[in-house]
Amino acid sequence: MTTSAELGTEGTLQIADHFAPAQSGARRRFSWTLLIAYLLLAIGGVCMVTPFFWMILTSVKPPPELVNFSFFPENPTLQNYLNVLNTSSFERWYLNSIIVALISTTSVVFFDTLVGYTLNKFDFPGKNIIFIGMLGTLMIPTEMLIIPWFTMSVNWNWHIGYTQYWGIAFPGVITAAGIFLMRQFFDGVPNELLDAARMDGMNEFGIWWRIAAPLVKPAIAALAIFNFIGNWNAYLWPLILANSREFYTLPVGLSFFRGESTTHWEKIMTAASLASIPLLIVFLVFQRQIIQGIALTGLKG
Amino acid sequence: MRLTLRQRQIIWAYIFMSVALVFFVVIRWYPTILAFNVSFRDWNVFEGTGPWVGLENYQEIWQDAGKPRSSVTAAFSNTVRYVLFGVPSQLVLALAIALLLAQIRRLSAVFRVAYFAPYVTSAVAVAFVWNWLYQPETGLINQALDLVGLPQQPFTKSPAQALPSITAVAVWQNLGFAVIIFLAGIQQIPGHYYEAARIDGANAWQLFWRITLPLLNPIIVYLTVLGTISYLRLFALVQNMSPQGTGGPLKSTTTVVLEVYREGFSSYKMGYAGALTVLLFFLILLITIIQLRFFSRRVEY
Repeated sequence: MTTSAELGTEGTLQIADHFAPAQSGARRRFSWTLLIAYLLLAIGGVCMVTPFFWMILTSVKPPPELVNFSFFPENPTLQNYLNVLNTSSFERWYLNSIIVALISTTSVVFFDTLVGYTLNKFDFPGKNIIFIGMLGTLMIPTEMLIIPWFTMSVNWNWHIGYTQYWGIAFPGVITAAGIFLMRQFFDGVPNELLDAARMDGMNEFGIWWRIAAPLVKPAIAALAIFNFIGNWNAYLWPLILANSREFYTLPVGLSFFRGESTTHWEKIMTAASLASIPLLIVFLVFQRQIIQGIALTGLKG
Repeated sequence: MRLTLRQRQIIWAYIFMSVALVFFVVIRWYPTILAFNVSFRDWNVFEGTGPWVGLENYQEIWQDAGKPRSSVTAAFSNTVRYVLFGVPSQLVLALAIALLLAQIRRLSAVFRVAYFAPYVTSAVAVAFVWNWLYQPETGLINQALDLVGLPQQPFTKSPAQALPSITAVAVWQNLGFAVIIFLAGIQQIPGHYYEAARIDGANAWQLFWRITLPLLNPIIVYLTVLGTISYLRLFALVQNMSPQGTGGPLKSTTTVVLEVYREGFSSYKMGYAGALTVLLFFLILLITIIQLRFFSRRVEY
């Protein structure tokens, strides 16, 4: 978070440029270096994706095939999926994860953008103290706050019934890192543009909503995606707060398959597939934006 | 009453920040103070208070640490070992992969997706898949070892191998993030630096040590700090990869956060757990400050 100044941030939004081909022109001939590069990357790539394939392959094998080793299933079946779906509450956990991730992501996008904008474009007494007060929370590990949060949730009944959604989401509805990130990005929005809108009599909220925010859309999209993924995969806090099966999020519900007899790996792999495949599909669809977003925000942060 | 433009700006700024200010005070700073408070009390979470016991919780931790084979000592020493094994391997591997990716054009996107996919997957699902891969007899890795005539390994079943085995999974999962950040950094280095150095007769090795590495310094610092913090907070992988989720075998994999969870939310020793989180906070703070002081060198070209 402290290195941005040294990275020469241009304050513009040229995401695509980071991934412009490194060496254009000069038609390449066969080269050993290139061949070795591909070879090493391929070996590494196999190590990265094999666990996923193995997870999915195991999930479509009938139980006896787990013992007599064969890489590919001989009689692929979806029976494991039916069994797991019938004996657990996966549909409910999907719903819970979607609700929680949507609550926090919507809120983060709105407030982080608004506050980041305010800290960049407005001048007001107490600005430095507020900025430091927000940024300072980044030093506090959330693990230190879980006991106080749990106490607060119990006091205010956020751990009961449908308010559990709020209980699971509340620690992440505004993020200091996101505010800091958006503040950086609003550097790229020229003040003259905002002043012109002021001359035209637009109110400040409208200026932010209609003029400034649309100009940093790629950054907002990146912020939204990371928050969604982060909340979707959040584990420790939902594990502590959700007090009944119906309110587990996906990772929490999945974790209880650990107690599943460890001889039933096909069941555990089916559950793991059910929990991870939706987000992997989302990732594959938006991989370009996600990876560019990581690069963009990483370099900004 | 007519307000000046500046006065109106101040009012707007505070309206824009109002919700966030409440959030940071109530959900971040107040719980931070409460966390310290909890650590000095015999805290009962359901009453939301408890008698003040001064430093007793810390003394108890200190005494426990003195006992042979104590969980506390294991937790802190394991946590440091996760950092020492995990962070350097993650950084070196990620830099190597990023350097290779910077060489190639074709299939580059495919490799990026492969390396990044584990990062968007839930740690619980990742833990389960690797439990299955590490399994004795039927696990894919031991099958492969058999195939090439090597002896089977116990991996997470043995106190000696469990921690490195889990560290390897953490590296596997987090590698992609570091790769993408490194790659973006490498591609930001202006090509004419290399051209100029080549004209002066520098070889590839010198280009790397004299140009690439120094210019990546801010990114290395950023990834070191971020990586260290994430390994200091390791929880989900360990809980889901150790027998009964207790950090075994023989406490060989337990971490500070896992002990916080067990003491606070299984044994309901909230004060004790609170004191552990405060110690974790100071550990993170200390290590981060040391890293920032010793690794940040400004490089000007």
